This record gives sequence, structure tokens and C-alpha cells, in this order.
Amino acid sequence: MTGANRIAGAGRLTPAKTARFRFDGRGFTALAGDTVASALLANGIHLMGRSFKYHRPRGVVSAGPEEPNALINVSRDTARSQPNVRATVQEVFDGMTVGSQNRYPSLAFDLGGINDTLSPFFAAGFYYKTFMWPKQAWASIYEPRIREAAGLGVSPKEEDPDHYACRYAHCDVLVIGGGAAGLAAAKAAAATGATVILADEQPEVGGALHFDTGAEIDGQNGYAWAQATAASLKAMDNVTLLTRTTAFGYYAQNFVAMAERVTDHIDRPQANAPRERLWQVRAKRVVIATGSIERHMVFADNDRPGILLASAARTYLNHFGVTVGRKVGVYTAHDSAYEAAFDLKRAGVEIAAIVDSRLRPGDGLFEKARSLGIEVFTDHAVIATSGRLRVASMTVVPNGGGSKRKIAVDALITSSGWTPSVHMFSQSRGKVAYDAATGRFLPGHYVQDCVSVGTCNGTDDLQAILEEATAAGAKLAAEAGHAEGAAPVPAGRNAIAWTGGMAGAAYGAGPDDSVKAFVDFQNDVCAKDIRLAVREGMHSIEHIKRFTTNGMATDQGKLSNLHGLAIAAEALGRGIPEVGLTTFRAPYTPVTFGTLIGHARGDIFDPTRKTPMHAVEEANGAAFEDVGQWKRAWYYARPGEDMHAAVNRECRTVRTTAGYFNASTLGKIEVVGPDAAAFLNLIYTNSWDTLKPGRCRYGIMLREDGFVYDDGVVGRIAEDRFHVTTTTGGAPRVMHHMEDYLQTEFPHLNVWLTSTTEQWAVIAVQGPKAREIIAPLVEGADLSNEALPHMSVVEAKVCGVPARLFRVSFTGELGYEINVPADYGAAVWEAVAKAAEPFGACPYGTETMHVLRAEKGYIIVGQDTDGTLTPDDAGVAWAVGKKKPDFVGIRGLKRPDLVREGRKQLVGLLTKDPKEVLEEGAQIVADPNQPKPMIMLGHVTSSYWSENCGRSIAMAVVAGGRAKVGQTLYVPMPDRTIAVEVTDTVFFDKEGGRIHG
Amino acid sequence: MLLIHCPYCGEARAELEFRAAGDAHIDRPANIAAISDEEFAEYFFLRDNPKGLIYERWRHIHGCGRFFNAVRDTVSDKFVMTYKAGQPKPDLSPAPGAAPALPADSRPVETYEATEGRAE
Repeated sequence: MTGANRIAGAGRLTPAKTARFRFDGRGFTALAGDTVASALLANGIHLMGRSFKYHRPRGVVSAGPEEPNALINVSRDTARSQPNVRATVQEVFDGMTVGSQNRYPSLAFDLGGINDTLSPFFAAGFYYKTFMWPKQAWASIYEPRIREAAGLGVSPKEEDPDHYACRYAHCDVLVIGGGAAGLAAAKAAAATGATVILADEQPEVGGALHFDTGAEIDGQNGYAWAQATAASLKAMDNVTLLTRTTAFGYYAQNFVAMAERVTDHIDRPQANAPRERLWQVRAKRVVIATGSIERHMVFADNDRPGILLASAARTYLNHFGVTVGRKVGVYTAHDSAYEAAFDLKRAGVEIAAIVDSRLRPGDGLFEKARSLGIEVFTDHAVIATSGRLRVASMTVVPNGGGSKRKIAVDALITSSGWTPSVHMFSQSRGKVAYDAATGRFLPGHYVQDCVSVGTCNGTDDLQAILEEATAAGAKLAAEAGHAEGAAPVPAGRNAIAWTGGMAGAAYGAGPDDSVKAFVDFQNDVCAKDIRLAVREGMHSIEHIKRFTTNGMATDQGKLSNLHGLAIAAEALGRGIPEVGLTTFRAPYTPVTFGTLIGHARGDIFDPTRKTPMHAVEEANGAAFEDVGQWKRAWYYARPGEDMHAAVNRECRTVRTTAGYFNASTLGKIEVVGPDAAAFLNLIYTNSWDTLKPGRCRYGIMLREDGFVYDDGVVGRIAEDRFHVTTTTGGAPRVMHHMEDYLQTEFPHLNVWLTSTTEQWAVIAVQGPKAREIIAPLVEGADLSNEALPHMSVVEAKVCGVPARLFRVSFTGELGYEINVPADYGAAVWEAVAKAAEPFGACPYGTETMHVLRAEKGYIIVGQDTDGTLTPDDAGVAWAVGKKKPDFVGIRGLKRPDLVREGRKQLVGLLTKDPKEVLEEGAQIVADPNQPKPMIMLGHVTSSYWSENCGRSIAMAVVAGGRAKVGQTLYVPMPDRTIAVEVTDTVFFDKEGGRIHG
Repeated sequence: MLLIHCPYCGEARAELEFRAAGDAHIDRPANIAAISDEEFAEYFFLRDNPKGLIYERWRHIHGCGRFFNAVRDTVSDKFVMTYKAGQPKPDLSPAPGAAPALPADSRPVETYEATEGRAE
């Protein structure tokens, strides 16, 4: 038994295949093809949720993606659990578990329902007004409580075990929507040979033909024509037909994002199938055939379970074979509800009455209703309903007042007309225009290469729709480069009329009444809330929207926007086009994070860069730190050591014997060509003409505004060849910066730039014993001070491997940096380790590197500078060539603000208590007792415990800092104030003798 | 995502492959060291923020690596044309009597921007 409300012989589902599922613990059997909503309705269940704010019992309203009420939690298992799924689009699969949301303890008895009684306190904008006192209570009491009570579903706690795919696609014509219009357009476009993608969000194509069973196309039932057309399109090589695929975002240059639900309807998906797939389609032309969405009537208590859209009732009957009730009332301002009543009546369902707010319906409908024995009240209104968990009656009065009549119903279907679905058009940045004759917003000015066809374009008659769509399909295919073929236009007739109806509150729901006539079901916005917003001074529709939250729920106001606009316009005394629509934004319907993320999660969220020595370092017990995308060895703790002990030992060892360090991540650029030196003269502040081959120089690079951009050692390998090093993090942008100048400002220079960062593995060996350690490994180079002094480079062999051997130091010790081709990095590293062992030398990581360079006052660009420091501020003005006619930044350096007194300058800081290590980033003041806000002089940029100095050391930028050397300044912390003395930046070996070995 | 035609590769490629690089046709003064503060500000800091056509530089950084110039409409985001670095600035001012971007009878839809005022 799949439900008492199944009508034998009605609908398109077959009883051959069933699926079992549970809803709030109860077992149900559905038919294959059922949605959760249709399966529950078949069992007479309308109550599917509680409203967001008032916790009012709510039933399903629609049969499609516009559903505001029936939001459910769907799960396969504890990890595969998704909240806020619309019951009207979720297909039932065998074994699924469905839960209702936002209720406690149960859907039928919800304690939060007290909010409905207290609703005078929850008027529009209540959170701006009600909970203002005491101030602290907002964060600690009100907000958490409101968030808990006003809720949607609960996020799953476990990691999502499913995977998600993505695909880029290009096509000549993309058709959004597979109703009559979309299919006709796709058919015409495909006939020319153009590549066509057609996407429809439902499991089958057909759109409105799902319910509009009177429609005929080419002599057959419209729905059957749609399926046959889809089958013929699918058989074509140039067509991709995607169902269960929602086009949710329309971006620049016909770039459309679509979410395909691949397995959400399958009981046992293949393990390797993605759950969803993101399509990113670039289309030469786009056909928008998104149809229309029916609006509900706005009247008192129009939100009881059992009150739903007329077209939804027709869909449930004609497609799913389910009646929404046994005694159904109709309240309408539009002819299409009559067709729903007629279909239900013919299926044996009692129609209690049709209440029409208009003076008269369309031609023949009144008579047809009579002939079917249906009572029709024209120029009447429904002013009240009853029934707690299901509608039980409607109260009918003539428009303008009169005698009331209470009519018992168990369902009430309503329609106030159809809203053209201009979401995609509007997202394409097209401007909608108000069509006063039909009271609709329709596509007006187009910005992108797209065309709207069908009812979303305001075309009403089926034959006209098919003609328009066929012509558009052929025309767009021709524009995309395919010869226009003579596509036959299908012949269509007998479809419902789409135009007409009303927008805004019906009689009895205003303008002065304070009944709860819901405009936006999901956010609990009533007609009176919109009027309140206007009374409180909101005159823009955007402000009214935000004050009332109308249209701001996950359904994005698909039912409510036009009603809200009409009510606001009435309250403002302005016309609808003057008030204007709010802006449509992506996504059209909610999209899972999984779909957007695709494969980019976990280990492949972001690339990880590892040096050639990574595995060896790992085996040696290195802890790693992330530097950009690089993994760098941070420190090498020995058994029993914590980080602090390891770093102290490494620091001591380097200065007493030696240490070796993996510097492979250093950015490297090979600058080659006859004009290489001339180019570097322009890029760096230093002069390069005087640098002889075989020598190195520390270079500073500025931006044109005079601020330090990067630094590094540059070795001249030959007259026309330089080995440039950059900071680890700066390598890509320095390369970009150099290319920019070379290509666009100095194109006359004959120079080539090549990034060689990953070509060289670099091993720094530093310390008094460095020469002795590497000497046995080096062939073809004299390592003596005379032959290879500090700041020199030689090409030699190390461990038999061609190498560039630099005599450089970032520690202040005698030091070498061995550059070998990356493939040999690990082998040479291990050879160095073996050679170092007899001396008691050890590997050291980035933390020790930082401490040792700070002991010497060597800056790190990006840590001790922040893009607002000049070379002079950073204490490296000596590196700026005074006689150079030009370099990047030469003019910027002379800007008045860069040469004024009192700029922040890099200095050293010594805490009065040598054990106290300052916090990097801490602010510095002259007088800790001054009133707040204090005048801040600068901040700490680098701070470490220096084992070699036996105390803490720090560097800082301080306003007028160099003139303050010897003075005491203060670093205020939350719990204390630390006194510091300003010093120069060199803390160890101030004479600098050690570096020369 | 924008689609950008690289004049060196001769193909329209996804925006992912490119990096924007600021305004085009701003020459670094040959005598930059000698220019006044005002001239430097004009060269380095001050930029127009046109509604309509903008001339800008892009780099096909994940393709051929070349810098090139582009004309883009800041309203529609559409690229009007791209051309190689060093080529002269094309004159794309509308011919007298040419149609404006929006039809004269179109009425602006009330948006947040319209309510709060437009950035000049």
C-alpha cells in the first residue's frame, strides 16, 4: 500500500517498483519516481515542517524547487546526512531516512510554537529593537537562544565520505530548462549540427507539461511529446541532455554554473560515482527557458498545512497519481486553478467550492465548473481558515464584506497567477522591464548573448511559445556558426493561459488589517510586516527586504518577491515599476559545498611543495613548518628534546662547530644576456657594473614607490650571467615584477629570465668548521679565504656533481651554500651529513636560521619590513647606489613622506629582564601611563631567545628609532608592561670578524 | 569567469590563466629621477575609474607569460579587444550619433546601488 490518497489510474508512476523510507521514525512505502513530498501526501501527510520564526506547523506548498516549507533532513547513514533538502525535489530511494526540522520534541507538538503566541514581540525587525538591553546579554543570551530556536536543519558532524566531480564544457548553444520551449529550442539548434547542452532540474524533462495534461503538441499529449523529443535529442552526438541538473549561476561571457545530482536518487550508488557534479559551461549562446512559478494567495492564515499551490495539486495528481485531499477548496485570482479543480473533480475528488477574487474568470470556465457540479463564488475572498495541524475550513465572504460562510475542506489550493522566472536572465545582468498590461516583470535589455523563450519571456500561447523557441534555437545556432536549417515548428494547443492574476494582499488581509497573511512562508513575513517596514521609514525595496527579511530565505523569495513588492508599492502609494524588483543573485537554489569544492579537499586542497631532501629530513626527525606552499624543516629534535631545547642546541652548535641547513626553497632566477647587468642596474638599487664574475652582492629591490620589495644575494657567474636569489615567499612575484619591466618598460634590453628555484637544491654549511667539513667533497675549487673570500661564487664539483659553490652567510659565520642540481640534492645532503658528523656538527632548521640571523641583525623582508619601509628605514641604505641615474624606485625614494624625519626605523630591543621574550607584533609606547588611546611608536618585528647571547633579543620598527638608541621604551601587554632598551640591531659578534673565517 | 583572448597565443582562454596588471598606456618617464612630486603622483598613483571602456594590462601568466593590453567594458565586463604590448592605443570612442549602451527609454531598476548612490 503506497498511500490512501493514491488515485487508481492517475499519474505516470507504476506500482511495479516501490521504495521504503522512514519519516520521523515511521515507515512508508513509495513508488519509484515519488518525491518525499508526493509519497507523504499519498499517505495524507501535509505537515512536513515548522516555520523559521513562529514555529507554525507547515505543510508542503509546491511541487518544485520553489518550496519554502517542506525542508527535511535526508540521510543514508550518519555521515551522509543533508539538512534543508526540499521534500518536493528529493526523490525517494529505498532505505532513506527522512527527518523533519526545527521542532522539539516532535513535529506535531513543538515547544517552540509558543513563539506564535508571542508573535507581537517578534514583529519585523524585532532583533534590532527588542533585545537591546542589557547590552552584554546580546552575545551571551539572546543571540545564542534565538539562533537555536530560529533554525533550519542541523549540519552533519562527520566528514562527508562522498566525492564530488566537476567538468568544464563548451558548447554552441546551452538551453536552460527542458519544458516545451526549451525542448523546441534545443531541437531546432541541434538540427543545424550545433553542439547543444540542455539542462533541466527535474528527473525528466517536460516542465509545466508535468501537470498541464490538456496540452497537446504535434498531435500527442504534451508530456509524451517532451519525452519523445528528449529521446531523439539524446540520440544525437552533438547534444548533451542533462536532467537533475540545475543551472544555478549565470556569470560573465555566458559562463553558466550547473549542479548535477548524480546519485541522490539511487538507493545503492556505485562506490566510484560522484554524488554531485559541477558543470562549468561556456556557451556561445544561451537559451533561457526557465518557465514561470505560480504565486499563492495572500490572505489570513494562508499557511496552514493542506493549503498549497493549485499547480502543485495538479502535479501531484497528474504526475504522481496523488490527491492532496478528499474535499478540496480553491481560492484563486487566476484561471489555471480552475484546471486543477477540474482535474481533481474528474479524479473523483470533491471540490468544496471555487472562490475567485475576480469579478469573472476566463471564458467558459464558470460554465464548465457548473457543468462539473462545482460551486463558484466570484468576487469573493477567503478571510480565515481553521485547523491546527491541517486546514479544516475556509471562511468565505464577498469582497468588501458581507455574510460569512464557513466551508469545511481538508485541502485548499490557491493561485494568484504566474511569475515569469527571470532569475537566470537577471543574473546575466539583463535589465527586467515591467509590463503594465500583464503586471509582470519580463526580460528587457540584454547584456549577454542569450535569449529568453517561453513563459519566462512572457509568451503565453503554446503555439507562440513553440514558434518563438524554434526560431531562437535556429537563430542562435546560426550565430554560433552553424548554417540556419529549416526546423519544423511543432504544433501546440490547449495549454493553460499564463497571464493575469493579482499580486499583493487579497481582501481581508489589508491594507489596515493585522491578520497573519503570509507573504514569505520560509521567513515568516506577513503582509502587515511589510506595511510596518514602510511605516517605520523604509522606502526602498532593498531596505524593506532587509528589514522584514522578505525573500531572504533559502528559497530566495520565489513565491514572495512580487507579493512583497506589490504590498510595499501600495503602502508607499507608488507604482510597482517605481518601487522596483530586488536583485537576483546566484545560486538559484541552494548548492552543496561539496559541489562547489569538488576534488579540492584534504591533501589536494592546495599544492604542497617539498624539497629534494624532504624524505631524508623526515627520517632525521625534522618537524616541518609551512612557508607558503613549501614544507620546510623547522627544527630537528633529538630524543628528550622539546623545540626550545632543540633550537638552543642547534644555535650553539652552528656557532661553536658548524651546522648544515636546507635552503633549497630560496627563490632563484637566472638572468642571462648581453644586457643582464644593465637590467639588474634598473631592477636593484645597487650597482652591478662593478661586480666581477665570481663575486656576489646583496641586492635590494624596490617598488616604484620606493618601498622595499625583496632582497637577496646575487652572484655573477659570467659577464652575461647572474644567479639571482630571492626570498622563499617572494620568488613568483619577483619573477613577475622583473618580467613586467623587461617586457613593457625596458624591452630594448637583451636579457632572458628563467626561474630556477626548483632546478637547484641548496645546502648551507655554516660555522667555524664549515670549510673543513666540505673540503673533502669539493673538486676543482680553492676554498681558501684568498681564492674564495666572503661573497664569492665558483663553479666546481661537489661529490662529483656539477655545483655552484657560494661563499655566503646568513648566520654571520664562515659559510658556504652548495647549489647542486635538484636530483642530487638528497645524495649530497647525506654526504654533507656524513662529513659533518666527526666534527659534531648538526642539521638545523628554519627556527635556528631565524635566531642566528637576528643575532646578526639581518632582516627578513616581509617580517622586519612590511611594504612601508624604505632601505633607510630598514637600515640598509648603504645598498642604494648614490650615483645611479635610474633604478626602479629612484623617484619614489625622494617623495616628501619618505624623506621626512620621524619615520619608523628598524632598531634592536633588549628587555630589561633578559629572560623576558617579547611577543612579535606587540606595540611599543614611550609612556605606559599615558591616557588611552596611547600613541604607538611601532611594533616588535622579530623576537627570540638567543642561546648564544644568553638572553632574549628583538628587532622592532620604532618612529625615529635610531635616535632613540639607549632610551627606555615600553611594551604594554594585557597583564603587564615590559620595559625595553633601544639598541642597534647587531647582538652577536658586533665586529663581524667571524664571517671571514 | 572571463574569457580572454591572448594576442600572442591567438586563442581565447579562461581567466584562470591570466593575471590583471593595472592600467595600460602609462609610460614610465624616461627622466623619472627628475620629475616633480605632482608628475610622479600622476604617473604612479592617480588612475581613472571609468564607467565604460578601460585600457588595461593583462599577463598570460600561466600560458605564454607575455604582457598584453586589453580594452574592457567595466559595465558589462566584456573584452572589446586585446592587442600586443607596444601597439598604439586604439581609438574606440563612439562615432557621432552611435547608440548608447542602454536604450534611452530603459528605466533603471531600483537596486541597492541606486538607493545608496553610485560611486563616481
